[in-house]
Amino acid sequence: MTTRWFGSPVQRVEDDRLLRGKGRFTDDFDEGALECCFVRSPYAHARIKSIDATAARAMPGVVAVYTAAELPFGGVDLPLLIPHPNLTHGRTQRCLAAERVRYAGEAVAFVVAESRYLAEDAAELVDVDYDPLPVVITPEAALAAEHLVHDDVPGNVAAEMLQEVGDVEKALRAAPHSKRLKLRYERAAASPMEGRAVWARWSAGDRKLMVYDSTQSPTSIRGGLAVLFGLPESNVEVIAPDVGGGFGPKIMLFYPDELLVPYAAMQHGRPVKWTEDRQEHFTAVNQERGQVHEVEVGFDGDGRVLALSDDFIHDGGAYTPYGIILPIISAAQLPGPYRIPNYRVRFRDMYTNATPTSPYRGAGRPHACFVMERTLDAIAADLHLDRIEVRRRNLIQAGEFPYDVGVAWQDGNTVIYDSGDYPTLLDKAIAKLGPKPPGDNVGMGIGIYVEGTGVGPYEGAHVQVLVSGKVVAATGIPSQGQSHATVWAQVVADELGVDVGDVEVTSGDTRRFPWGVGTFASRGAVTAGNAMHVAARMVADKAKHIAADHLEAAVEDLELSGGAVRVKGSPDRGIPLGAVAVLSNPVRYAFGGGTEAATQFAAQPREGPPLRDGEQPGLEATGYYSPPGSTWASGCHAAYVRVDPKTFRLEILKYVVVHDCGRVINPLVLQGQIEGGVAQGIGGAFYERLAYDGDGQLRNASFMEFLMPYATEIPSIEIDHIETPSPLNPLGVKGAGEAGVIPVGAVLASAIEDATGMKITEMPLSPLKLYELSMLKK
Amino acid sequence: MKVNGVERAAPDETRLLLSDHLRHELGLTGTHVGCEHGVCGCCTVLLDGAPVRSCLMLAVQAEGHEVTTIEGLARDGGALHPVQQAFHECHALQCGFCTPGFVMSVVGLLAQHPRPTEQEVEEGISGNLCRCTGYASIRRAVTRAAELNSSPLVGKYPPKAGDGA
Repeated sequence: MTTRWFGSPVQRVEDDRLLRGKGRFTDDFDEGALECCFVRSPYAHARIKSIDATAARAMPGVVAVYTAAELPFGGVDLPLLIPHPNLTHGRTQRCLAAERVRYAGEAVAFVVAESRYLAEDAAELVDVDYDPLPVVITPEAALAAEHLVHDDVPGNVAAEMLQEVGDVEKALRAAPHSKRLKLRYERAAASPMEGRAVWARWSAGDRKLMVYDSTQSPTSIRGGLAVLFGLPESNVEVIAPDVGGGFGPKIMLFYPDELLVPYAAMQHGRPVKWTEDRQEHFTAVNQERGQVHEVEVGFDGDGRVLALSDDFIHDGGAYTPYGIILPIISAAQLPGPYRIPNYRVRFRDMYTNATPTSPYRGAGRPHACFVMERTLDAIAADLHLDRIEVRRRNLIQAGEFPYDVGVAWQDGNTVIYDSGDYPTLLDKAIAKLGPKPPGDNVGMGIGIYVEGTGVGPYEGAHVQVLVSGKVVAATGIPSQGQSHATVWAQVVADELGVDVGDVEVTSGDTRRFPWGVGTFASRGAVTAGNAMHVAARMVADKAKHIAADHLEAAVEDLELSGGAVRVKGSPDRGIPLGAVAVLSNPVRYAFGGGTEAATQFAAQPREGPPLRDGEQPGLEATGYYSPPGSTWASGCHAAYVRVDPKTFRLEILKYVVVHDCGRVINPLVLQGQIEGGVAQGIGGAFYERLAYDGDGQLRNASFMEFLMPYATEIPSIEIDHIETPSPLNPLGVKGAGEAGVIPVGAVLASAIEDATGMKITEMPLSPLKLYELSMLKK
Repeated sequence: MKVNGVERAAPDETRLLLSDHLRHELGLTGTHVGCEHGVCGCCTVLLDGAPVRSCLMLAVQAEGHEVTTIEGLARDGGALHPVQQAFHECHALQCGFCTPGFVMSVVGLLAQHPRPTEQEVEEGISGNLCRCTGYASIRRAVTRAAELNSSPLVGKYPPKAGDGA
């Protein structure tokens, strides 16, 4: 394999159509589609006494109003995606609530009309009589259990899990120093610029359902719809077209609309479309990050951690459709890059009357990193030691891999770090950060993290050389902006010896590749990237075998380069790949250059049937990659900030990132992923706050009041890399999608504490929060 | 109203937003809708050469005006507009959803400030939200676009105020 493309800053092949306004996002599909609007609960907790849709149904332009009573699957609980033995009280919602609503924004009725405008008018006419119930809105209130979210779930506890490595009690007793901390991280919202949307068409004649869905997992949507509607999977096609950002919540399924839109299309014989508006996105789309941790740490006089005990509650929201993956990840990732000889972690996943939770970029890690890094800062403060030195003394060393942390990972195995070099990350970050800028109220912050990426079970890819010599490649997982079409073209182009511009990648279209899991957990490059590599190599081998007969050369003497199979050392002896594609199919037709070029080789007689046993026509292959375990990326962020002592405005003076995701496929794309992640981290740490009131109402469900950062809030970020290739996969890659966001809260907390002298124990912060802390201090 | 140089009839329905009219009546789906309350800037178009939020206007209010959308910047199959080209070169887009709005804002910015200062760049894009890039690449793209824009090889873009197409 030549590595002409792998590692190069290849400019994106996706850009042209997106820049011209020719992208195709789900709401761009029309074809005369009926449009829909939800009636959603205004209460965070209520009993539904009655629903009267008579007036709405009578409105001109309204095609249907569905409540649970009208749906054949109205009594079916939506799937619990990832069951776990510790999830003893898993609960999922119904497509439309019939008796009880448990969060503001829960779907109650669904209006189908000739236009969205009419659907919204009709939704206002649906009369739902609610009997409000007491709400449980914080995880602490859930634990107090004065009220229950689910009557049959005692104490509001969905799950409890306790893990211990070593003997924490003994080590804590023996430790010369110890400390307790209470640390709190609030809920956050991913807020992709495109909300969710679904478009569906039912072709009654051939009983085929086609769905465009802004999902991170079209293959799973397809499987679920096939079962629900009693269709063979081959009669259901699900396509994630251009998707305007995902960041996690679009991996959740099924949202009610993902069933209702296809169902309505099947009922009415017309395409049906639903596009979320921003306000409902704030309440109806899953959120994450709410956790409260109680830490006890034992350490020696040098600042080395001897024992760490963490007991945390996780704000799960009203239902557990995504299982308990989030607290499992937090528990597993809390030790991070540090050697913790005795570690005990217990969590309880709590029901609250708030939007359900599922992964949002970082998924359990930003809060875990915050807890670990706050703990190390506290140790440094207690011992009057340098914060960097305390970290250095606790880091796992470069010679210790593979490193077994000993706690459970999300894939059911234990956490085993495959490779890394954490001390080098730290040293490079400190060197890059440089000296502290002059002036008052300036603080330094630092955070180091590891990230389990590339989780299984598998992804696959199909690669085909067309008779034109062009290459098409497809995989099941969709892109939400991660540049899949570019980076996989790089991987395939190297294997086949073609130009990267000659490889056209399709992702997230079940018509082109029906198997796979989804885009989440920073797994695309590892799983689908390696599947592309495997499939392309199979195609290359096949091309060599076909060409060997015709070039009268041994397979091992052939190579693929310049768009042809060539005899090594004899560059003039070769067959263009397009001609090999023709030869691969013993049926001839004569359009195109490839077929003409092939004719000169057509007279080669060979014995036996045209297709020998085990041979398949076509210069194509389907390959799969299933990782033996997660790949562990890592990084160190450090920053200088200035906090205005009067207004508490935050100014980030310098922000550096040193990152390790194994071998880098495309440094341009990687830089974009990290810059975007850090920006999202800054937003989550200092600007964005989901302001739920005591009644469970989200009081700032708009971009006017939920303060996503603009360019004015985000500094330039300086990035450097080290590469510790993963030994677990052929490409040596690890995931990078979530890395940027993970330590930002920890870094800014550390820096703001350093700048202001105020103890920071919670996230998010804001000028107002800092003002309140300063008042407490006085 | 004139949209990308073509005379178009106003819609019958008074309450139809300009963004919905462009997208769903005229099929110009390059204009995206991210919030429908005028904060995110995804729906930015040029109205008589100046950037406006098409979600904060009724379509009928555009009567007698010239609207330029992202589709009006470069001919099909032709070279990209310098701002589009700069976004490509600088990897200033990932998912591409906010991109048309950013591009239109930057076209407006460069029409006003052909050689923008760092602060003018910051202000010029501070009305558009992007959740993917972290803005650094977009800032680089604006600077690059200004360079490309001043090249004599580049055609008549961006449209001057009142030019419309």
